[in-house]
Amino acid sequence: MAGMSGQRRMERRWGLLMALPAILGFVIFTAGPMVASLAFSLTDWQVGGTPAFVGLGNYTELAGDELFWTSLGATTYYTLGAVPLVLIVSFAVAMLLNQKVRGLPLWRTIFYLPTLVPAIANVVLWIWIFNPDFGLLNSLLRQAGLPTGQWVYDEAMAVPSLIVMSTWGFGNTMVIFLAGLQGVPRHLYEAVSIDGGGAWRRFWHVTLPMMTPTIFYNLVVGVVGTFQVFNQAYVMTEGGPNNATLFYVYYLFRMAFRESEMGYASALAWVLFMIIVVITFLLFRNARRWVYYEMAGAR
Amino acid sequence: MTAVRTPPRRAGRVAPTAGLRGPRRFRKALLYLALAGGAVPTLLPFVWLLRSALMQDTQMFVAPPEWIPSPFQWSNFTEALTAQPFWLYFVNTVIIAVISVVGTVLTCSVAAFSFSRLRWRGRNVAFAVLLSGVMLPYAVTLIPTFVMWQELGALDTFVPLTVPSWFAGAGGGVFNVFLLRQFFLTIPFELDEAAYIDGASPWRVFWTIVMPLSKPAIVVVTIFTFIGTWNDFLGPLLYLNDEEKYTLSLGLASFQSIYLTQWGYLMAASAAVIAPIIALFFFLQRYFIEGVTLTGIKN
Repeated sequence: MAGMSGQRRMERRWGLLMALPAILGFVIFTAGPMVASLAFSLTDWQVGGTPAFVGLGNYTELAGDELFWTSLGATTYYTLGAVPLVLIVSFAVAMLLNQKVRGLPLWRTIFYLPTLVPAIANVVLWIWIFNPDFGLLNSLLRQAGLPTGQWVYDEAMAVPSLIVMSTWGFGNTMVIFLAGLQGVPRHLYEAVSIDGGGAWRRFWHVTLPMMTPTIFYNLVVGVVGTFQVFNQAYVMTEGGPNNATLFYVYYLFRMAFRESEMGYASALAWVLFMIIVVITFLLFRNARRWVYYEMAGAR
Repeated sequence: MTAVRTPPRRAGRVAPTAGLRGPRRFRKALLYLALAGGAVPTLLPFVWLLRSALMQDTQMFVAPPEWIPSPFQWSNFTEALTAQPFWLYFVNTVIIAVISVVGTVLTCSVAAFSFSRLRWRGRNVAFAVLLSGVMLPYAVTLIPTFVMWQELGALDTFVPLTVPSWFAGAGGGVFNVFLLRQFFLTIPFELDEAAYIDGASPWRVFWTIVMPLSKPAIVVVTIFTFIGTWNDFLGPLLYLNDEEKYTLSLGLASFQSIYLTQWGYLMAASAAVIAPIIALFFFLQRYFIEGVTLTGIKN
């Protein structure tokens, strides 16, 4: 018994010690800043000055801030476009790759390649692709005799252009879908075939229901990530034209590090946090209606 | 069209074996056609990038666009890469990436070991709280973290970009703890028990038993931390001012803002930033796909 408790004591001591960096990291870099930014958001604070408590002043100011609503609108528009498009394209390609395809590693590599391009190199490349005079897009359209566009330089086309650009990086989502598809039990397909069901029924009654957890995962990760888009706005469009791509985090960045309004920017950060919490909550609540979990039946 | 399609189907009913082969081959052809149809727009931006990186400006501005550079303007690369000290940026990026990778792998696996194989009170609660940090948008901690480093006089050093990784990645890096923990749980616990009976310390068990058996998971964490650091833009943008300390992403963005219309240079520089990651991918392809898959199946 004495030896046992010695072992226990050792485990506890080492356990705490080994978890310490992670726990400290959480306190210093997550929980601490989280509380601090909530506190900042209740102050009027320019960099260099002293913070003055203003209560919910920043939040009421936010409600009347036109640019706040513009940025929220632009970000929502971008998310509503980019997430479904990426999901559909990556699911479709994953379906194709899940057939008996010769040279699967090669195909997979091809479709995965764009995700490897570092974010800023990606933005620089697409500035050139979108170039109205000699860019790839307009060159191809011109050659095909189709009307050309101004893309990111056109207020109405800017967000759709960035949506197209984001779709190019569908590789990560695709690989996750592909793994999910390969995990669908074969016998379910066989059962449908025995019942005389064709390809469509196999897809509708087996593939799709079995894939809903994977779709849900990609949906949540996609929405949360896309809502925090920044690089394109910073390097490519600077929020323009006419604030069409004034994405939320970019607006926040500008407030904090250009206008030095740390208090106001912190309020923006907390509103973003709340928005993401609400969206995630709604997605999860809605998930019960359409996501199939094998475990649910067992419970 | 319908008239053309019907005959083989009718023939199929008469002679099943002969008939099946026709539609099946047709379907196969359709499959590869669809894959090729997806591969072309996926690869086209890469072709456009390379073609522009190797072209003289005069040839780039002709319509219809030409695809083969003549002559091959290799000097684009040398000119672009010497116009700004990209070599220095490369070294800086590697330094930051290596320090971050080592810190993340060490502290995350130590924590994961504690959370999976050592028993101590409050362990599971601590782990759940830690993991909740993954959901936090980075914008929430951005401002207080910046203020903290400013107060500590660490601006314009690599400290804010590397030190957090020594606290189990801090923030989003906690996901690595989760990943490693999942992996550690698959290693038989009898190994630990036998070692403890022989008088080994938990550290010894971790270092000589668990770590050597966890190479695949460690490689995955290494790759994704490396890529994350390599691609990071907002971090270096916030914390680095001195051009001598720039990372590749930051250097490329500043290069882009100076050489706005020098497309040959811009594309050459972008290609040079992309190349190392693509090279890494081809060496470690298997782990890449496994890693993405692992992150996706976490739910």
